[in-house]
Amino acid sequence: MPPPATQPNVRVVTLNIDGRDLSAREDETIIEVCRENQIPIPSLCYLEGLSIWGACRLCLVELAGQGRLLAACSTRVTEGMQIQTNTEKLQRYRRTIVELLFAERNHVCSVCVSNGHCELQYLAQTCGVDHVRVPYRQASYRVDSSHEMFRLDHDRCILCTRCVRVCDEIEGAHTWDVMGRGTECRVITDMAQPWGESDTCTSCGKCVQVCPTGALVRQGTSVGEMVKDQHFLPILARRRHAQ
Amino acid sequence: MNLDDLADLAEQYRAIDANVEREVRVCMAASCQSSGAAPVMDALLAGLGDSKPACKVKGVGCMGLCSAGPLVSIADRDASLEESTLYRDVTADDAADIIASLDGPPVERLRCPTDQPFFARQQKIVLENAGIIDPDSFKGYVAVGGYSALIRALSEMTPADVLREVTDSGLRGRGGGGYPTGLKWSTVAKMPATQKYVICNADEGDPGAFMDRAILESDPHRVLEGMAIAAYAIGANKAYVYVRAEYPLAVERLQTAIRKAKRSGFLGNKIGDTQFSLEVEIRLGAGAFVCGEETALMASIEGLRGQPRPRPPYPAESGLWGYPTLINNVETFANITPILREGGDWFASIGTERSNGTKVFALAGTITNTGLIEVPMGTSLRDIIEVIGGGIPGGKAFKAVQTGGPSGGCIPAQHLDIAVDYDSLKTLGTMMGSGGMIVMDETSSMVDVARYFMEFCMTESCGKCIPCRAGTQQMHSILDRLAKSQATRAELALLEELCEVVQATSLCGLGQTAPNPVLSTMRYFRNEYEAKLGDA
Repeated sequence: MPPPATQPNVRVVTLNIDGRDLSAREDETIIEVCRENQIPIPSLCYLEGLSIWGACRLCLVELAGQGRLLAACSTRVTEGMQIQTNTEKLQRYRRTIVELLFAERNHVCSVCVSNGHCELQYLAQTCGVDHVRVPYRQASYRVDSSHEMFRLDHDRCILCTRCVRVCDEIEGAHTWDVMGRGTECRVITDMAQPWGESDTCTSCGKCVQVCPTGALVRQGTSVGEMVKDQHFLPILARRRHAQ
Repeated sequence: MNLDDLADLAEQYRAIDANVEREVRVCMAASCQSSGAAPVMDALLAGLGDSKPACKVKGVGCMGLCSAGPLVSIADRDASLEESTLYRDVTADDAADIIASLDGPPVERLRCPTDQPFFARQQKIVLENAGIIDPDSFKGYVAVGGYSALIRALSEMTPADVLREVTDSGLRGRGGGGYPTGLKWSTVAKMPATQKYVICNADEGDPGAFMDRAILESDPHRVLEGMAIAAYAIGANKAYVYVRAEYPLAVERLQTAIRKAKRSGFLGNKIGDTQFSLEVEIRLGAGAFVCGEETALMASIEGLRGQPRPRPPYPAESGLWGYPTLINNVETFANITPILREGGDWFASIGTERSNGTKVFALAGTITNTGLIEVPMGTSLRDIIEVIGGGIPGGKAFKAVQTGGPSGGCIPAQHLDIAVDYDSLKTLGTMMGSGGMIVMDETSSMVDVARYFMEFCMTESCGKCIPCRAGTQQMHSILDRLAKSQATRAELALLEELCEVVQATSLCGLGQTAPNPVLSTMRYFRNEYEAKLGDA
């Protein structure tokens, strides 16, 4: 039989994740392969349709023969990889990272508009966080309610920068950014002015929908009422890519 | 241009000062200037005037013994620092005596012996011109053989020859990690790309480290020459020097050097009348420590927020604006010229088996001779601290030496006899780092030391990844409570756990190494932590 007219540019590799032999395209990342095969990997900053950020460190996995842990979101698969996604050590690290997040800002689920629909809350439950061992920082932040449709509560922000990326990469407005260093970091609109006074914001609400917690919400929502819909993003990103 | 043309040029430049027999060299590096070298220089210039045509006052770079500054050395032309008469703690009032002594016996009350171990035990490769040539003088650099390595590479060697020479030398990156330089260069050289970049990392931010600053202030052309050779070897035509803005003098001298080298055809278009061109640009760091991390540094050059990104891809594959990029430290580039001049085998014969050449260290803390030294790899810590550094002043006992800045750790007295190289320091739980050494005596509290470095990492964390951003803050608050004798045993255990998590999970080197000062002080001085427990 004659070979195909055009050779495929991307090869297919086989790898082993948690004892399962899997196949993948070599341009896929570990997290994509895991999601495809229903292998749960916790993540906060990763979101299909946005660029890779690699900052939450929750998707770290163990690779046989490699001392350092690898972030599943930013590591491409290679032939013969042996990956463990849920060892006792990884569970402990993830638990600690989620605890650090809870203590960094004032995450109080019982009074949060996203209660029951929050990715951080869900992660805490799945990672087995039953209490937070480190003291809460108790920093005080102002809530920005100046936008007519949306609200920003820094106390619930985990600095995953999904809002920054969706605004820049999908909406093309680049209203959001991060200012400050270390624990002083916070998301800002335009030149750190109130959201309602932003010249660039198109009020599209994409940032609100991709926000994993109750940091960005619709005005007028009460406890547990804020349900997010992120399904638009991969579809939109794929359509844009196809053009 | 070939080597003969360059030799002619050097001869021509030497002829300018043909009548000068004695030089009065005034250290004009940042340290001596901060203790008043500029008025000394003015007084010497005014005092000498035209009275002695055979003598010349010259501003030079760092002579090493910063604690004795301002330093002035009286030397015959071309003489080394050891062969000169060195004066310490010179003031403008001493100028008249020094000028009077040029024809007679030296001024004994200012003498600083140059046969003392501080000078005699050093081996200068990187700093061979420091304290001897005028860093602002292009002609001065060419007159001592400068740019001959570049011209030789361009006229007689292929890029592959240069790569082989650097690989043979066994040079390892002097920025801290110790990655083999030859391997890094050949990786970038192999990348098929139309555009490649060379970056010189001069964003030296470790507390107590000032090697890169001194090199740039003393011999900027040497760094440029090393960069040009690298660019030729890997096929780049654009280079950046990323210097922190806190080094204004280094920036100024580098600017002067770039301008003069370009005007004379050693940078810019068609260097040495060959097809090789290189534009060098300076970018100033705005004060973030994390911008010393290579991916954050490149983001900063691109005009983005200085934050690291996950690696791979490494800069060699995808660096500045996505193009293959070679990024090396100042001291690494400063080693290239002598390697090409003397050969890779010569360089490999110096130092230890797996760490070749010399290393510049900045001695700071409670040590008699504070300053800059260069010793072969494998010199023992005891030699560095007790012999070259002159030991601890005031009859106090040595307690520990901190190496590697906030990424490193403390080495206690029982390990003083270790031969310093990349691998030996790692086994002790610290690292070479860029070369800062902070010596501490018995009065230092190790918990305080750990708290200080943790505070540094906390405030310098960029805030991108959670373990570093929130973890350093939590570790610092526990260390703070420990230092105040308020922490419990449970908190100490939590501190250890946090150290492990932050080390294993952080995105970049800053977070991954931030726990090192705590872990190493806990390893050697656990009793101090126990003694500070509130519930002990």
